[in-house]
Amino acid sequence: MNLKDVLSPLYVWKRAFEKPYTIRTEKEPRPGADRYRGFHQNDTEKCIGCGSCAEICQNESIDMIPVSETKDGDSGLRPRIDYGRCCWCALCVDICPSSSLTMSNAYTWIEEGLDKDTRETFCFTPGVDEKPWDNDEKGYRRPDGYDLSLLERVEMEELSPAERVTSFIEMVKGFSKEQAKREADRCIECGICTATCPGHMDIPGYIRAIREDDIEKGIEILYKTNPLPGVCGRICTRRCEDVCSLSLRGEAVSIRWLKRYLTDSAEAGKYRDLLHDEVVSSGKKVAIVGTGPGGLSAAYYLLRMGHEVEIFEQNEAAGGMLRYGIPEYRLPYGSLDNDINFIIELGAKLHLNTKVGKDISFDKLYKEFDAIFTSVGLTDSYKIGIEGEELPGVTTGLTVLKAVTMGQDPKLGDHIVVIGGGNVAMDAARTARHLGVDVTVVYRRRLEDMPADSDEIKEAIEENVEFITQGIPLKIEEGANGKLNFIWGKAEMVDNGSGKRPSPVLIEGSREVMEVTKVIAAIGQGANYGWLEGETTKQVKLGKRNIEADRWGKTDDPKIYVGGDMFNKTADAISAIADGHRSARAIDSYLAGEEYPKDRF
Amino acid sequence: MIDKYPKIVDGKSVYDLDSQKYLKMWQGPQHPGVTGNMSLELIISGDQVVACNTHVGYLHRGFEKLMERRRYINCFPIVCRICVPEPDTNEYLFAAATEELLGITVPEKAQWLRTLDLELSRLASFLMWIGGQSGSFGSGTVAQWAIANRDFVLDLFEELSGARIYHMYMIPGGVRGNLPEGWIEHTEKVLNNTEKLLDEIYIVLFNNAVFKSRAVGMGVITPEMIDQYGIVGPNARASGAARDIRKDNPYLVYDHLDFKIETETAGDTYARTLVRWKEMHQSISLIRQILKLMPKLGPIYTKLPNVLHMKVPAGETYVKAESTRGEYGYYIVADGTEFPRKITVRGPSYSHGMALLEDLVVGGNIADTHGLMLSLHTYPPEIER
Repeated sequence: MNLKDVLSPLYVWKRAFEKPYTIRTEKEPRPGADRYRGFHQNDTEKCIGCGSCAEICQNESIDMIPVSETKDGDSGLRPRIDYGRCCWCALCVDICPSSSLTMSNAYTWIEEGLDKDTRETFCFTPGVDEKPWDNDEKGYRRPDGYDLSLLERVEMEELSPAERVTSFIEMVKGFSKEQAKREADRCIECGICTATCPGHMDIPGYIRAIREDDIEKGIEILYKTNPLPGVCGRICTRRCEDVCSLSLRGEAVSIRWLKRYLTDSAEAGKYRDLLHDEVVSSGKKVAIVGTGPGGLSAAYYLLRMGHEVEIFEQNEAAGGMLRYGIPEYRLPYGSLDNDINFIIELGAKLHLNTKVGKDISFDKLYKEFDAIFTSVGLTDSYKIGIEGEELPGVTTGLTVLKAVTMGQDPKLGDHIVVIGGGNVAMDAARTARHLGVDVTVVYRRRLEDMPADSDEIKEAIEENVEFITQGIPLKIEEGANGKLNFIWGKAEMVDNGSGKRPSPVLIEGSREVMEVTKVIAAIGQGANYGWLEGETTKQVKLGKRNIEADRWGKTDDPKIYVGGDMFNKTADAISAIADGHRSARAIDSYLAGEEYPKDRF
Repeated sequence: MIDKYPKIVDGKSVYDLDSQKYLKMWQGPQHPGVTGNMSLELIISGDQVVACNTHVGYLHRGFEKLMERRRYINCFPIVCRICVPEPDTNEYLFAAATEELLGITVPEKAQWLRTLDLELSRLASFLMWIGGQSGSFGSGTVAQWAIANRDFVLDLFEELSGARIYHMYMIPGGVRGNLPEGWIEHTEKVLNNTEKLLDEIYIVLFNNAVFKSRAVGMGVITPEMIDQYGIVGPNARASGAARDIRKDNPYLVYDHLDFKIETETAGDTYARTLVRWKEMHQSISLIRQILKLMPKLGPIYTKLPNVLHMKVPAGETYVKAESTRGEYGYYIVADGTEFPRKITVRGPSYSHGMALLEDLVVGGNIADTHGLMLSLHTYPPEIER
């Protein structure tokens, strides 16, 4: 030890003259850093209540609390954070599919209310309970270049447009096992899809089964709510995908293709072993009119409930619009037959070529059966309402599709015009393209106003279908060489105010002529209830398009139930399947002497 | 009749407290010499320690067990809590082990950012330690300087990661965020101040008569003891063993950086303090090198499978890194499910703070025990995982 060692510690006094670190009186609170993980903020408008935040929270500090009505794509729940448990890791912010959940850089929360329950003091629902930091601009957001969500789809292989138009081979190739597992991995199991699906299918459940490579369990889950999974796996309108929470920032999970993967992977003959359960016969008989998705679905569930089922179909094969309205390249007949055969195998008695009202009267059915479920769909194509519509070269989309299904030549010539912008119009136009015919689609509104599935429109364009939008048909005249002159005029779109669809108005004096071999009208279908009229159906109220019934499909006559396009407004396969399932349960209760099924659907 | 020497039963000395010659004294579980809760059961004779038993268990957290019930992504916010003053080593090792089991490589930029984060946390951890070390010898002024400066380093963490203590920055797959705007300039300022502070600390601590008289020759670790007790890190380096995982087994981007292993030979408290002081300078130099050499652009994150139900293929791995206390390791066994089958954390404080400390304090006096404990740089939280 030397003198230096004694003196040098005195050096600390140097600091006595420096500005102190501590701030003596706090005038302005020190702001947190720009990225500071402070208190939660939630943009409740953007939030869809998927609950991913609650799912990833390792402290279980997030509860999903009901704050509003459940809508399509919004559970109505919002996250409530318990700050007694939160560890501010911000994984909830990272996983949030809507990016609605963020954290402000505020770190002080002073609130009166210590006399309240501690739980209430610590808990709040961001965005719902007002807090001073609600509108803070700064704070933790998901950083650029880092994202826990898997936003990109596994690409589905398809035939190229050039290959497609040469045949009716199914254009979508389907997932391989590895692809399906990878796609299934993207699902965050929020269940928003289940709530939106008309049939309330357990979508996260069967996606999990794919992930775990348990095809049998997947099939079992599918059949709980949908006895036509092979069909829905191909042509479902998939509202589930529209609301998929991943679609908010990226691409929705390919729910439809995953369902298809399940049915493609299971052996058709094995369904019976998979879905085995003992059925106790009830001794009751139910008649089903129509073998579309609604009728088939009702038949399946009624059979499983132990009732005897007889199905009446006017055509030579079952399937309804699935067979006669959907082209083979979208839904191969083999897939449809698989699903139908399984239902028939379970014991449904199928009467083909039997039109109710002609070959057998409705009154007779009413007398012989304990209940009747009708789901015959909308079969009468709407008229265009222009001069020349009665000419022989004018036909409907459904007629062409049905002829092609039945293996007949629809005799389209070399250039047709299709009027309409819905799925039937697209199917008719593309079917014609697959037959080598040049096709022009004329639609009253813009491309983006078309009710057809966007994929259908995209694929039609790829297959060189010509589109004329804002075109209003005016007249059809006989032309030279047995051709037709299709006369149309250009329209301009007129705004109808916010929230309403703009309407097309013909531009004065606009007149174009197109020489075509056939004009195909596909502007929608209406109902034909002539066959229903009889002594026994007095109580059933027939609307212009739909038959009036309660939410179970029960008409004013408790013995008669309806479903499918003649009942619901959404008019798609999955809605019809859901109707069939619901009505089957209602019929089951009715036959057991109860008014309605006890549990909710 | 009082024995002059304590009796030996089953090879252990038994101290007869009734003899009035020995007194049992507890240090802890709360006392200023410990960063975390832990206690020393001392048998003293006069003010001399004749025997010591360490007791842990006051933190009773059971993280390792807890993680067996958590999905991998949910372990990520837990691991940093295993060592409070230096959480980043845990984050890195957990991420690295998980990535290895998943077969995922991390982008280059993320590796640089991870190294930067680790060095910055090394600096913060050492600043906290030197505060404790000087405080334990009565030099509270230095302690306050160091802790205040550590807070400026924590400011940097706050800007980079969004939190001051539990940064949760290194997630399996990469890092959560690039350098914020103006961060490099701010860092340079903090580093300059820290360098100045280190020089001042040198003047007032290493040339301090009190510190010198107590630290020199206290708690000597001889080179033979290193392997016997499993001594790692600065504790080993102060006894002449040039061991540093950053050099011996380079991970992340340490092989791109220029530094040498700092050693001393005396093996006493003074030497250990000096080695750590030099390593603070080393960290500052490394941070500057990283900021200079780091690629400006590039991805910072590799996509993992869906973290909500990520299954990690069956396997096991041990990854290690050099923390401020030496070799820190994570041993993870995965059984192919969503949950880790077993995670074992090897914290160097386990061997330093228990086996080694129990022997080193014997013969010293009571007042030196916590100074000695700090010179071994013990963090009880990592003993009790």
